[in-house]
Amino acid sequence: MSEQDEKEHLAEFEARIARGEKVEPGDWMPEEYRHNLIRMIGQHAHSEIVGQLPEGKWIPFAPGFRRKLTLIAKVQDEAGHGQLLYRAAETLGATRQEMIEELLAGKAKYSNVFNYPTPTWADVGVIGWLVDTAAVVNQSMLAQGSYGPYARAMRRICYEEAFHIKQGYDAVVALAKGTPEQRAMAQDAVNRWWYPTLMMSGPPDKISEHTERAMRWRIKTKTNDQVRQEFVDLIVPQIRALGLDVPDAECAPDKATGHYQFTRPDWNELKRVVNGDGPCNAERIAARRKAHDDGRWVREALAAKSGQSTKTAPLLA
Amino acid sequence: MTDTQWETYEVFHQSKRGEAHEHVGSVHAPDAQVALQYARDQFARRLKCVSIWVVRTSDITATDYQDESFFSQSTDKSYRDPKTFGAPDHL
Ligand SMILES: [Fe+2]
Ligand SMILES: [Fe+2]
Repeated sequence: MSEQDEKEHLAEFEARIARGEKVEPGDWMPEEYRHNLIRMIGQHAHSEIVGQLPEGKWIPFAPGFRRKLTLIAKVQDEAGHGQLLYRAAETLGATRQEMIEELLAGKAKYSNVFNYPTPTWADVGVIGWLVDTAAVVNQSMLAQGSYGPYARAMRRICYEEAFHIKQGYDAVVALAKGTPEQRAMAQDAVNRWWYPTLMMSGPPDKISEHTERAMRWRIKTKTNDQVRQEFVDLIVPQIRALGLDVPDAECAPDKATGHYQFTRPDWNELKRVVNGDGPCNAERIAARRKAHDDGRWVREALAAKSGQSTKTAPLLA
Repeated sequence: MTDTQWETYEVFHQSKRGEAHEHVGSVHAPDAQVALQYARDQFARRLKCVSIWVVRTSDITATDYQDESFFSQSTDKSYRDPKTFGAPDHL
């Protein structure tokens, strides 16, 4: 393609986005747009898949049958989210096979938050409540994004996240209204998850490499700091309404702006954890590898029955 | 590791008798029967569903977004639109 054509295509592409229209698979798009989206959707998919592990660990120990069924359903949803997102990334030319291989090789990035341990039952409630609320704030923003298949996947996912938040909140309420030991357990979990959850929205705008382009092309429609502030404004009153504390003495509403002020998390910790050096990264990847190996005979049996082996995915969503 | 890249099936979901089947997404599967099971697990584990269709993605022939002229109407087709007639609405 000549430079002139490229310029015209780009102008058309940007005009489409400015009009609020969605970009669909097969449309001309700048390589950088395609590349950024594959990276982002892939990381998002991996986060859903790895995200099953911290809570999944508690399925055998859930207090009561209803909570056990609920937790199984929640974890199954996260697996479904991962699959939906791998399909969305495939419409841009990636393959699920490649993405899974990257994850299993420990080369893929995914959300920082799933690399922390879940030592108590309260962690399950607090993850559903805090982490999934942060996820919904981010995902409702992404549902407004310019790439059709990703936006559609986000709408479907947000609907299910509402269930995740409510079941988590319900589990925390039971603890918050319980014995002093149970309350302490809930508070301890809030204390441990607070900063990792604040980090989920990504590095601050001033050091985030991708923000400016991502906003112009509506890959994102809000910046990391905007998403983080929205989450804080939403969750702080909820935490306090349960008589629990936000583990941040600075956290108070700013009279001038109406937004909560809060202490920023340790960005170096975020960097370390995302780059593979968090408390549970190695454990998470090992668990994914084991699951992949344990499931191989099922995939082989199904493939043998159909006579189908490897095929590449066509560009449709 | 060459065992996760099965071909894809597009999934159409009917929420109740009388409604149209609606495209909801796609699944990887080794064959159509397994695709139906994955489609149920992926798209019908919560909302009501009475019927699912799956069709191999590669069997779909689609228009090209680039080829806008395919849909362009060279002549005025407004006579096809009921709103362009003066006849009363209760008709
Ligand atoms: Fe999810
Ligand atoms: Fe979730």
